[in-house]
Amino acid sequence: MTRWQPVILWTDGLAWLGIMLMLILLFASRAQMRAGWQRLWQQPLAVISMLILLCYGSIGLVDSLHYRVRLPAINKQAQYSVTVYSVLDALLTPLRTHNETSYAAPLARRAFSATPERGAGGEVIEVRRPLQLGGQTPPHARTKLALRGALYGGITGVGLLLVIVSITRTFAARTTAPGQHVTPDPEPKFLWPKFPWPKFPWPKFPWRSFSLTLLLLSMLIGSTIELAGNFHVFGTNEIGQDVLYDSIKSVRTGLMMGCLATLVTLPLAVGLGLAAGYFGGWVDDLVQYVYTTLNAIPSVLLIAATVLLMQGFIETHPAMFDSTASRSDIRLLFLCVILGMTNWTGLCRILRGETLKLRELDYIQAARAFGVPSWRILWQHLLPNLSHLILISLVMDFSGLVLAEAVLSYIGVGVDPGMHSWGNMINAARLELSREPVIWWPLMAAFIGMFTLVLAANLFADAVREAFDPLAKR
Amino acid sequence: MIRYLLRRLLYAIPILLGVNLLTFCLFFMVNTPDDIARMHLGIKHVNHAAILNWEHSHGYDLPLFYNRHETHWQALTDTLFVHKSLSMFTLHFGLSDDGRDIAREIRQRAGPSLSIALPAFIIGLGTNISLALMLVWMRASLADRVGVIIAVALMSVSGLFYIIGGQFVIAHLWRWVPISGFVPGVDSWRFVLLPIAISVVAGIGNGMRWYRSIFLEEIGKDYVRTARAKGLDESRILFRHVLKNGMIPILTGAVTVLPLLFMGSLLTESFFGIPGLGSYVVDAIQSQDFAVVRAMVFIGSALYLIGLWLTDIAYGWVDPRVRLS
Repeated sequence: MTRWQPVILWTDGLAWLGIMLMLILLFASRAQMRAGWQRLWQQPLAVISMLILLCYGSIGLVDSLHYRVRLPAINKQAQYSVTVYSVLDALLTPLRTHNETSYAAPLARRAFSATPERGAGGEVIEVRRPLQLGGQTPPHARTKLALRGALYGGITGVGLLLVIVSITRTFAARTTAPGQHVTPDPEPKFLWPKFPWPKFPWPKFPWRSFSLTLLLLSMLIGSTIELAGNFHVFGTNEIGQDVLYDSIKSVRTGLMMGCLATLVTLPLAVGLGLAAGYFGGWVDDLVQYVYTTLNAIPSVLLIAATVLLMQGFIETHPAMFDSTASRSDIRLLFLCVILGMTNWTGLCRILRGETLKLRELDYIQAARAFGVPSWRILWQHLLPNLSHLILISLVMDFSGLVLAEAVLSYIGVGVDPGMHSWGNMINAARLELSREPVIWWPLMAAFIGMFTLVLAANLFADAVREAFDPLAKR
Repeated sequence: MIRYLLRRLLYAIPILLGVNLLTFCLFFMVNTPDDIARMHLGIKHVNHAAILNWEHSHGYDLPLFYNRHETHWQALTDTLFVHKSLSMFTLHFGLSDDGRDIAREIRQRAGPSLSIALPAFIIGLGTNISLALMLVWMRASLADRVGVIIAVALMSVSGLFYIIGGQFVIAHLWRWVPISGFVPGVDSWRFVLLPIAISVVAGIGNGMRWYRSIFLEEIGKDYVRTARAKGLDESRILFRHVLKNGMIPILTGAVTVLPLLFMGSLLTESFFGIPGLGSYVVDAIQSQDFAVVRAMVFIGSALYLIGLWLTDIAYGWVDPRVRLS
């Protein structure tokens, strides 16, 4: 019997499904989009933001592998804990378990506020107690730790870079970009015999920006890890939880909003948009009517209304959700579904318009004249030629979805209040700002976490649009 | 022209009906009045009589679409759908759960909402256009590139941070303006100053970038090349020709959102304690007052459709190439 039992939450599984769907779409249209990818991966900003997004993505993925711990058996029956942990929790155990009693400033050694204590002579004195984490560390250790961490991180980064360079060199050797003459290496047959491995056809890949960003990121991560082992890097919140842990755990919530809402958006927008554009007639009228109606409703209100109804449903059917984790998970899922349902109209309209144009082109007419069935024309001839629009619109919407989470949580129709999320952190921080002295670090942690993600997503979206949109200014 | 506009206006009716039906389905069929009553009375101490009593006092004790107890015409009109949903077309919104007249409340709250939304919108429009023109003036230079990156960075900050940060620094630390509150009349300027400023700043990133791309698109057009060939200097081209032509999409876009300004801003109003429609919605959502939410959904959709209609008019008005027929 194993010491743990894997748990697949709804959002975990569906997020994976969403990623797969996107990959299939990209793979199906790889020929049409090759030039676009080439233009994308020659922009330094695209590469830099992609690296940052990858960091967030890996945190989110590690946080999406859930399990239960086995407890001591009762009556020889295996028992598993009610609490669901993720692999990230296991990795961040020191941050999760070192709980203080209340607030602590970032990198502090003593608690933020004084607590009454009995002195040596029996009198009551106010003492700022040393913290569990950081109280024992010598006062001058911070710089040393940060530098040492940066050094370790830097070394790891250089190693990673070497690995990546050597791998891509092997791939690059197998392709000859136009105007370039690379003497092909003898094909290493034992590793990748006949499988169509992705080639590396990006001759102008900005290696300098790539390696610099990789190095800086790994140094930053290294020193954060080193510091986090001995201090609360971003302090602690009201109940003494580490704010850095809270912020890192919020990454998954933010990413889930983006991915899952996309999963809902994609089939609706693509299916209805293509159908409306291609078939025309009453299908077109109906689809247009539906999206104009949905568009007319202020989206915040529609989301709020639907979330309120969903809340009512969960409250009146408590038996359907066995644990708090699954309850907040379902709530997140519903939220994403609702966001996706209100979000598909924009993409659908774009796709409809573009399909209308493409439908009249010769190659579609030819396909029709040859008697190719409609679904095949849609799937094989239209969809690949629209996929750049889909990609652009999805990456452009992503950052908006992450931002929406915070706003919705503030209004009270966001994710479960008990869930780690930036919106909930900001919500809590409002009261902390009016305290004297001011508690500013939870807000700052949420700001940094969210701003970096959204900025990277926005920059990447810009780069994608520039690379794939034939009308964008170059 | 008139006939075209009338026809466009008639198009709005089925859409509004669709909105009406959709909200009715959401609020009365997905969540039955029973559920709503239960949520209001609390899950624990609830019995059948209490639910019936609540439903009766709030007028929810009717069938959805067809009343079997009434005779022919009344069977259709004496229903929840007509009483609660279709009645909104005649601007009868009924009572909120705390017993106030929603229509009156909306009339009272539209003023404060507008006193923030309208100045913020106009100042924001001016600021964004000027900044965008500045970037276009310096196009393809380092300054332009830095400007765009700053715009993207400004876009990436959640609106909540602008509000919380601005309120904290300007009202709490520096004490230039009151933290929150509102008084009717001219004296309210002290209260609306900060919300307006924050709304403008929060919109800069998005607006500047959007308008910049509009102007850049204009600058690549043939008439600009002709103007250059004629020997006009660059500033004249930019401020005379490009600005004027670029204003067409900008103004028509602005007209689209103009009616929606009545709805106010959810976040700004509730953070600054402005008794407008935005904070009304937030309060209604937080106290789960479905009657108010339904009314606001209806008004919001109606305003959006009016905006679309005005856009049609605006297009025909500013762009003589567009023929309305």
